[in-house]
Amino acid sequence: MFLFLRRRIIYSLVALLGVTIAVFFLGRLNGSPALVYLPVGASKQQIDLYNHQHGFDQPLPTQFWQFLVSVVHFDFGESLSQQKPASQVIFEALPQTLLLAGVALLITLIFALFLGTVSAMKPFGNADRSITFVSLAIGSVPDFWFALVCIMFFAVFLRLVPTAGVAGPSSWILPVATLALAPIGGMTQVVRGAMIEALGSGYVQNARARGFGRWRLAFRHSLRNAALPIVTFTGDRAVHLFNGTIIVSSVFAWPGIGYQMVNGVLNRDFPVVQAGVFIIGLMVVIINIVIDFAYALIDPRVRVS
Amino acid sequence: MTQLRTSDDTTAMILSGSTVSTSRRDSAAWARFRLLLRMPLPLTAVCVLIAFVLISIIGGPLSFHAANAQNLDLRLLKPFTLEHGWLYVLGGDGLGRSMLAELVYGMRTSLLVAAIVVAASAIIGGAIGLISGYVGGWVDTAIMRIGDVIVTLPSLLIALAVLFVLSPSMLNLIIVLTITRIPVYMRTARAQTLAVREQVFVEASRALGARSGRIVFHDVQPLIVPTILTLAMLELAGVMLSAAGLSFLGVGLQRPSVDLGTMVSDGRSYLAVAWWATVFPGIAIAIAALAANIVSNWLRAVSNPMTSGALAASTTRNPEA
Repeated sequence: MFLFLRRRIIYSLVALLGVTIAVFFLGRLNGSPALVYLPVGASKQQIDLYNHQHGFDQPLPTQFWQFLVSVVHFDFGESLSQQKPASQVIFEALPQTLLLAGVALLITLIFALFLGTVSAMKPFGNADRSITFVSLAIGSVPDFWFALVCIMFFAVFLRLVPTAGVAGPSSWILPVATLALAPIGGMTQVVRGAMIEALGSGYVQNARARGFGRWRLAFRHSLRNAALPIVTFTGDRAVHLFNGTIIVSSVFAWPGIGYQMVNGVLNRDFPVVQAGVFIIGLMVVIINIVIDFAYALIDPRVRVS
Repeated sequence: MTQLRTSDDTTAMILSGSTVSTSRRDSAAWARFRLLLRMPLPLTAVCVLIAFVLISIIGGPLSFHAANAQNLDLRLLKPFTLEHGWLYVLGGDGLGRSMLAELVYGMRTSLLVAAIVVAASAIIGGAIGLISGYVGGWVDTAIMRIGDVIVTLPSLLIALAVLFVLSPSMLNLIIVLTITRIPVYMRTARAQTLAVREQVFVEASRALGARSGRIVFHDVQPLIVPTILTLAMLELAGVMLSAAGLSFLGVGLQRPSVDLGTMVSDGRSYLAVAWWATVFPGIAIAIAALAANIVSNWLRAVSNPMTSGALAASTTRNPEA
């Protein structure tokens, strides 16, 4: 087990190093980092001065070393639009994002486990056809558009929930629904596939012959064996929920990482964008390690290999 | 029924990586086509996609002028009226442009961007995965680790960050989306290559003196293409939605280029007064994405030997479902 986890953790750290290199070159993608950091319209003297002050006129390896040192200290420079360090901007927004994504993931799992299992009980039956169609349909709706239509109907027309911001439980309904919509569609399909396979296996047939009810067959006998692909997909969705939070932040003015990232892009605040990319990369690496732990817990075979 | 069984067997052979002659593959395609004709939902989806493509090809160039022509008298004109000509049957947007013309032109752009991104990432990712899997060793390791980095970051985040540094344009949008989608094909092509590489016919080819390049692109590649095509179909809807999302956030396409995401973003300012400016473009994306998803879901069910039998049986038992 420890061998497996150690290898996975090393892989993740390599990926994190890759993310760091990517962030480093992101600032140098158009030739001069000063053009990215400084506001549009900076004079030649300002640019030269900036380059000299921040060591951007040094050789590239030296620059990279300095960058690595500052990344280890979470030092991405001062935010240009807010008077505090860029990493502080992101860290302050992090809890709101994680909480929102966590709630959305939980809702996704509950819906998908139920719908996918019902689908798998009789593949290509009527229930399965309807569920498959609905899950494809909700996976095809653009999330930003769904959010706007919900605001229009529930917030502007019916006045049931606030249009934006965080104020009480009702303000969570639309953002969570927006975030969970597409993942429910995809996850239902994954649960369906995994459950069809698990329900078809010999020991489940045996249990069926012994007269167990179908819900017990599904949740007591099959779920654990169907869990691996579901866990993999959950990890995958957890990562992609960050995509969703960017959209949700933009539409609902949700004060999370996405809000800071989008504002960072619109205000040309590169330190914040850079810190956001790195810290989300770090979160993803942590999620991946957690998923690997879950693997080892669920499947004894993983522990031995 | 015999035709169907041939299809299943052939698909199973393709997926398990055995050799298939071209004539048998043709008959498999034909069998799939006949199966499609018996299934109303996938058939409708295919027709919708074809219709959207035709409208884009024919209507796109015609609508470019109208999609950008402003008529301030017709600002936020209500839809479903022919008073101001058929061009305004779906109403006008915030600057009095014809919603219909914008929708046609926006659909063309969205489909074009998605098609280019999917084709480019499938070809590049497929080729890299193929070579990486065949060559193996440290080259393979290095390529796969780079893929890991791209997959580690949420795609929208990469796109947002890169489009921050590069200026937003159609070309940059396509490049960024392509880069984020490449690893998907890379991993799939590599996994299949690893399996096919060990097959006897590859060995035979090598024994006959074929060079690596010929083995990879002549022997191994044809077996991987069907999987990559199925995957590409699956990706189409996702890429359309991502591109629209970026345009919505304001880092994708910008006027005078219009795509459906730009339209939703414009309509957002008039949310409380003109629902149609937001609702119509969203419905257009959703229908196109749904059609693509249905087709890909069907393709996956047919090409999976575990489910294709049940699928074929279910259509004969219950033809109208």
